[in-house]
Amino acid sequence: MGSPDHAVSLEEQIDRWRNYLRRRQTIHRADVAELEDHLREQVAVLVDAGLATDEAFLVAVKRMGNLDALSREFAREHSDRLWKQLVVVPSESAEPQARTRTDAIVVFCLAVAAAVVVKVPALFGIQLDQDAGFYARNLSLFVLPLLTGYFVWKRRLDTGTIRWLAAAFVAAGVFANVYPFATEGYTETLTALHLPIALWLVVGIAYAGGRWGEVAGRMDFIRFSGELFIYYVLIALGGGVLMASMAIIFQSIGIDVEPFFESWLVPCGAVGAVVVASWLVEAKQSVIENMAPVLTRLFTPFFATVLVAFLVTLLWTGRGVDIGRNALIAFDLLLVVVLGLLLYAVSARDPHSPPGAFDVVQVVLVVSALLADAVALWAIAARITEFGFTPNRVAALGENAILLVNLAWSAVLYIRFLRGRESFTALERWQTNYLPVYAAWAAIVVIAFPPVFGYI
Amino acid sequence: MEINKDLIAASSTPIVLAILAEGDSYGYAILKRVQELSGGRMEWTDGMLYPVLHRLERLGHVEARWEIAESGRRRKYYSITPGGRAQLAEERRQWQAVDATLRGIWRALSLPVLASHPASDAPRAQGA
Repeated sequence: MGSPDHAVSLEEQIDRWRNYLRRRQTIHRADVAELEDHLREQVAVLVDAGLATDEAFLVAVKRMGNLDALSREFAREHSDRLWKQLVVVPSESAEPQARTRTDAIVVFCLAVAAAVVVKVPALFGIQLDQDAGFYARNLSLFVLPLLTGYFVWKRRLDTGTIRWLAAAFVAAGVFANVYPFATEGYTETLTALHLPIALWLVVGIAYAGGRWGEVAGRMDFIRFSGELFIYYVLIALGGGVLMASMAIIFQSIGIDVEPFFESWLVPCGAVGAVVVASWLVEAKQSVIENMAPVLTRLFTPFFATVLVAFLVTLLWTGRGVDIGRNALIAFDLLLVVVLGLLLYAVSARDPHSPPGAFDVVQVVLVVSALLADAVALWAIAARITEFGFTPNRVAALGENAILLVNLAWSAVLYIRFLRGRESFTALERWQTNYLPVYAAWAAIVVIAFPPVFGYI
Repeated sequence: MEINKDLIAASSTPIVLAILAEGDSYGYAILKRVQELSGGRMEWTDGMLYPVLHRLERLGHVEARWEIAESGRRRKYYSITPGGRAQLAEERRQWQAVDATLRGIWRALSLPVLASHPASDAPRAQGA
């Protein structure tokens, strides 16, 4: 070896070369170590032959060959490495392996706990088929406290926060069960539908783990929710296949497994899957592309086209909107879908990139949804007194107002962004700041509606 | 002398297996041995040897293990497996058949071929 000065610079050069190699997905850490050993030996031999260290390094690198060609060659041999695999237990180093294993065990226990909790009321004689109302009202309470518990453990939340989270769940349990609901009444259904929305905010606070105050923390929760939904649907589809196969093979030996499905597999699986899906989303977040933004990209142009076609047809034919009993709910759902498309497009967009064609499509989508909703609201307002103020209608109207305000201001911010007057972060901030509004309205529906409307 | 890429690729398996049949070895030493055997006529790009070794490992022809070399660095050594020896025997039969065929046709043509450029002259000779 040459002077110590040279030795240092060789180490630096090898460091740089190694880091450059590591960035290539198809060349793993072990391969880099193998290639580095080769490089070092080559350098040593060349130095012995009389070359200076830096010259030897250059020659050795050159002999190693073009790195693009090399990584292509590695890719051909290890084509699996081009697919990002979800490795639940990574094999690289020992320390994270122990952590992921603990994580997996905790999740498994929590999923089993959720499955047990859902069967506990049956011990006290509350059966799923007879007291469907009880189960519907308390559905979120069977699983969300356990999910929150997972994040409390994972994010190591302080006791102060834990107390607040626990208080929220206790309050939810009280409001879901103390009111004397009429069986299968409107207010009971509303409670069943709105309690999960209100409690999802509690999960979000645990998920963000101290970052709830930041836009980025809340945006992460939005991303998490979207991915969780997609994973849950996938798991549910898998569960469906499992049950269908099971039903068929047991039928062939004359045993009807349907009662088992209804009282065990479906309820326990449905709650356990929430915990498992959440864990999968956590484990895969940096490994696999987020799916929700991909679906958003795919469907935003279609929804925009459909809405524009609807408005044009409306104008062309001059038809009035025929407002049936469920029209409000239908338009609420439309706004929810549009909001979802907007939200997940926002969640995946680099706030610093300049406006593009997709942003224009987004604005067209939001504005046309607003116009369609305005037409519907106009028609409903004319006949609202005739229909009467049932709890369902008031809840739907409230939701429509909330979504309308959100989308209208989003459209304003988006158009300002397109014209270069505002940065994209303003839209991000607006969307993430708005999250508590949904939960607040859902809480109002759960807490105030039953007594106001006389528990009907 | 430049040897056609396809020929390099096709011959890499028997060459590497044969070198490993002589004894366990590692990447750099295998390349040195190739140079030695070919008298410097076969120029492999150094890095390209490793995907070949990994393919042979996946096929079960060789086994790899990490050891601390005398330099103090961790080094990946390869050794041939019984399956690899069988493969080597098979490759040998095939290459001997190819070799015998070519020898036959070189003799039949009895064209004066420059000793250093048989590969580049071969297609022209066949076309003539």
